[in-house]
Amino acid sequence: MKEKALLGVDIGSVSTKGVALSAQGDLLASEYLWTEGDPIGATKRVLHALRKQLTDRTEITAVGTTGSARKLVGTMLGADAVKNEITAHAVGTLSRYPDVRTILEIGGQDSKIILIKDGVVADYAMNTLCAAGTGAFLSSQAKRLGLSVEDMGELALRSKSPSKIAARCTVFAESDLVHKIQSGHSKEDLVAGLCKAVVSNYLGNVGKGKQIGTPVVFQGGVSKNEGVIRAFEAELGESVQVDENAHLMGAIGAALLSRGKKREKPFDFQVTDLSFETKARECGGCSNHCEIISFYRDGALLDSWGGRCEKGMTERGES
Amino acid sequence: MSREAVISFPQMGSYAAVFAQLLRHVFPDAEILPPLPITQKTVMLGSKYSPDFVCAPFKYNLGNYIEALEQGATILFQTGMGCRYGYYGELQEQILKDLGYNFRFLCLSRDRLQPKTALRLLREAGCTLPVRKILEALAAAVRSIYVLDRYEHWMRENIGFEVNPGACERIHECLLQDLTAADSLRDVGKAAARCKDCAAAVRLDRPECPLRVGVVGELYTLMEPFSNFGLERQLAKEGAVVSRDMSIWFLLFSRADRRSLRQGCGYLQYTVGANGVDSISQSLRYARDGYDGVVHLKSFGCIPELNATPALWNLCRKEDIPVLHLSFDTHLSELGVQTRLEAFLDMLRMKKEAGHERKSIARR
Repeated sequence: MKEKALLGVDIGSVSTKGVALSAQGDLLASEYLWTEGDPIGATKRVLHALRKQLTDRTEITAVGTTGSARKLVGTMLGADAVKNEITAHAVGTLSRYPDVRTILEIGGQDSKIILIKDGVVADYAMNTLCAAGTGAFLSSQAKRLGLSVEDMGELALRSKSPSKIAARCTVFAESDLVHKIQSGHSKEDLVAGLCKAVVSNYLGNVGKGKQIGTPVVFQGGVSKNEGVIRAFEAELGESVQVDENAHLMGAIGAALLSRGKKREKPFDFQVTDLSFETKARECGGCSNHCEIISFYRDGALLDSWGGRCEKGMTERGES
Repeated sequence: MSREAVISFPQMGSYAAVFAQLLRHVFPDAEILPPLPITQKTVMLGSKYSPDFVCAPFKYNLGNYIEALEQGATILFQTGMGCRYGYYGELQEQILKDLGYNFRFLCLSRDRLQPKTALRLLREAGCTLPVRKILEALAAAVRSIYVLDRYEHWMRENIGFEVNPGACERIHECLLQDLTAADSLRDVGKAAARCKDCAAAVRLDRPECPLRVGVVGELYTLMEPFSNFGLERQLAKEGAVVSRDMSIWFLLFSRADRRSLRQGCGYLQYTVGANGVDSISQSLRYARDGYDGVVHLKSFGCIPELNATPALWNLCRKEDIPVLHLSFDTHLSELGVQTRLEAFLDMLRMKKEAGHERKSIARR
């Protein structure tokens, strides 16, 4: 008798996450690695790792994808559910914390807040144009300080008086930081100041006008940073819960969303052996010059997207 | 007037049809050059020569002008109203002149909209029509706007449920052609009747209680689908009834700040410029009519809508209606907007399924 499982993949701008869940929703396998600008390659590596963790008796009955490359990878895997990050995060988190009221999420390129009422998303907001208050900001500043992102949290906790760093905008924060580095602030204080800046930027932009109810759950890559967790707790005056699988919630949600979808045949991990290729071209159909992406599996066209009309979306449009 | 006069104007949603009709009547000797459809090229041209922080519609307009001038336009048309839009004309004229183009700029903004001044400006631009004829042309145009707005309003609410894809849009195209070609009030009336008959024959498959979404915000971003990635269409495709009160007809005849303030029920004490108050009063109406959600659109940096935003937050909380805020500039990636829209609709749907039905209060 084969054991049925669900596969969820969350392909973010910075990291790619994959999980396999049992039919009951328990975590069977998980993997977390850097996307490194190659969502297809990263997905393949995630699938390899998941396959190793699973037994031969496991059969994947449904696949869900989420994250900014959800469509690309969804097409690649023939996913049953391709869902946006907000829905996926809400569903994933609710499966672990049924009574959660507020989900704070800070990822690599974006950040969001999701408010839950009676187990249903009641309101959400997502950062709009600015990347301040996201993981990308933290990691670029870590590089400036010669640190790895992973070490930032611990370092921040050692600070006695965090440096004041303008949180309004990445550019301001950066020049503030440079200024403080050069005037002799210690690394601990600077890192703690950065963590605070991320939190106040988040609460001032994404969380603006939102009523943050408890319990509060914090997730996304940045939730691994102890310094940011403490800064949130200090700012909100509430305890903030971080799940040990906080970074996987999107993938878990995607897997759960695929549950109940009818799939013709079980998912085959052989997909990692196939070659996938994307080709970008400008459609010359009109003066709009849409950038069309065509997606090929072993040379055969799977799908195209990016056009504002049907013109140029077929393979023939390529010539 | 020289025979070579070529008149053009910027694009905004479907209204080019009406404008082309009006100008054709008012300047019978001139060639009317309707603006090219907006494309990424238009936007790029426009942003290249615009101040970076100006609101996006300015850039779209400027792109349209440059494309029209390249095609040989000699007279450009602009209007203007109660925000920065009122000063678009002066700046755009200067920018285009600095670029070396030779043209006449006919700008009926602010006090230049007074009948006397407007008439003088038209005369200067070469309109020799008797006033009676001008008024007739205006009447036909106004009636055209009414017909167009009414059909589009119906289309937004129903296109998500058409059985034969494209049926509503075919009627729309047909209506636009009829209106462009209309020569009199009678022609407009005929076009309206034809459109009405066709619309009545469209087969719809409407579920018992579909999602209903109200769209409010800054007028250009609302009305020009290119500037909002065809947001209304995307919403409708997902099976939502899309309602939008904002239209040219609304601006011309239904708009009244004081009434909007009164209808805004205390969420705003003062007008906040342009249509900020209308966004509030319309959102409130949607909330009390039991709509599932409101989408608030603005161009990036639109001050009146920015002013209205905190009031919308309060409204969102007190009336318990989700509001999605979207800001548009000339950035070209659609993915971010799609993600937010998709999530918004998911949220509304899940709420509905969980039985959090928003009850209509106003229809007691």
